[in-house]
Amino acid sequence: MGDFLANLGRSGLNWLSLLGRASIFLFRVLRSQDAVVRRYRLTLAEIHSVGVRSLLIIVVSGLFVGMVLAYQGYITLVNFGAAEALGGAVALSLVRELGPVVTALLFAGRAGSALTAEIGLMKTTEQLSAMEMMAVDPYRRVFAPRFFAGFLSLPLLAAMFSAVGVIGGYLVGVGLLGVDSGSYFSQMQSVTDWREDVLSGVIKSIVFGFVVTWIAIFQGFDAEPTSEGISLATTQTVVMSALAVLGLDFALTGLMFT
Amino acid sequence: MKLRYLEISVGLFVLLGIAALFYLAIQVSNIGEYRDADTYEVIAYFDHIGGLKVRSPVTVSGVRIGRVSAIAYDAERFQARVALAIQSGQDYLPADTQASIFTAGLLGEQYVALEPGGDFEVLADGDEVLLTQSALVLENMIGRVLTDLSSD
Repeated sequence: MGDFLANLGRSGLNWLSLLGRASIFLFRVLRSQDAVVRRYRLTLAEIHSVGVRSLLIIVVSGLFVGMVLAYQGYITLVNFGAAEALGGAVALSLVRELGPVVTALLFAGRAGSALTAEIGLMKTTEQLSAMEMMAVDPYRRVFAPRFFAGFLSLPLLAAMFSAVGVIGGYLVGVGLLGVDSGSYFSQMQSVTDWREDVLSGVIKSIVFGFVVTWIAIFQGFDAEPTSEGISLATTQTVVMSALAVLGLDFALTGLMFT
Repeated sequence: MKLRYLEISVGLFVLLGIAALFYLAIQVSNIGEYRDADTYEVIAYFDHIGGLKVRSPVTVSGVRIGRVSAIAYDAERFQARVALAIQSGQDYLPADTQASIFTAGLLGEQYVALEPGGDFEVLADGDEVLLTQSALVLENMIGRVLTDLSSD
């Protein structure tokens, strides 16, 4: 019994200290954001590796998610003789939910894990300590550009995901299932509100971009400097990002769409 | 050369992202409707507004000329006060215009339909539409049908 209580207390304290370290880390990264402009070449390189190279998976996934939505939506809507409402159904589910959430999950798997592994390896091979020895601030040199790159890229990728998904839904709905092309778009425009739906989706993706990048970089920074430590940290990034994104999505949806 | 490639690809990426946002705004959502900013407001009081909402359409002969801009309950008149924002181009509505709340389709959304009267004076900003017809409430209708049937 005493052991159990001691373990409970220890793990609780461990969680608290993890949260504290993560917050202090975030604060220092945010304070070093001036490096984003001063070292814009580093930032460019990071946006390239985090954002540009995620383009393919995001665009292809968006296309397929849109096409599947059109198929599934059509099956239900055609029962009510409302197949014309397909455009609205596809656009609303993409812009409000699937765009930001699926993009964030894919982003955590594609870019977040890479960030963690890269920084974890830098720590393991003592590159971070070497930088400090040479009076190079790793927050300015390594973390700030990566954080900014992820924060900027995710909303842009989510917008592309939704836009491509709408086109995918059009291809299947209009091209394959025979929904009228005019009513596909006019229905979509009549139910999708610019502020309520599109901007709320963008706000969601901005929050996700912040949290996913924070988790990825912090996990790398906090990794145990061994090969197992890096693999554990990479797994943790994907798991914690997914949980954080889904939990935050629930909270944000409750805040914005009621 | 390497830096130039980076710059171009990142520039293209940001451009694509912004283009996607514009696409969502213009092609997917109703941002066009935010443009009819030049409107004047007419007030109508209804006994019952049914499922009317803010931003519901206001139509004449089925053509949308404005939107519902505010709905409130007027405690002095025991009626719902509905403000209709009408495009300033449509300033020829006679003063005895009638406003009714209809439903688009069987289960569709509700809207305000205006029927122009024959008065020479026209409605201006802040005027009140005197002739109104409330939304049909399904339960009242069923109740009336039932009493009609039982009285036979």
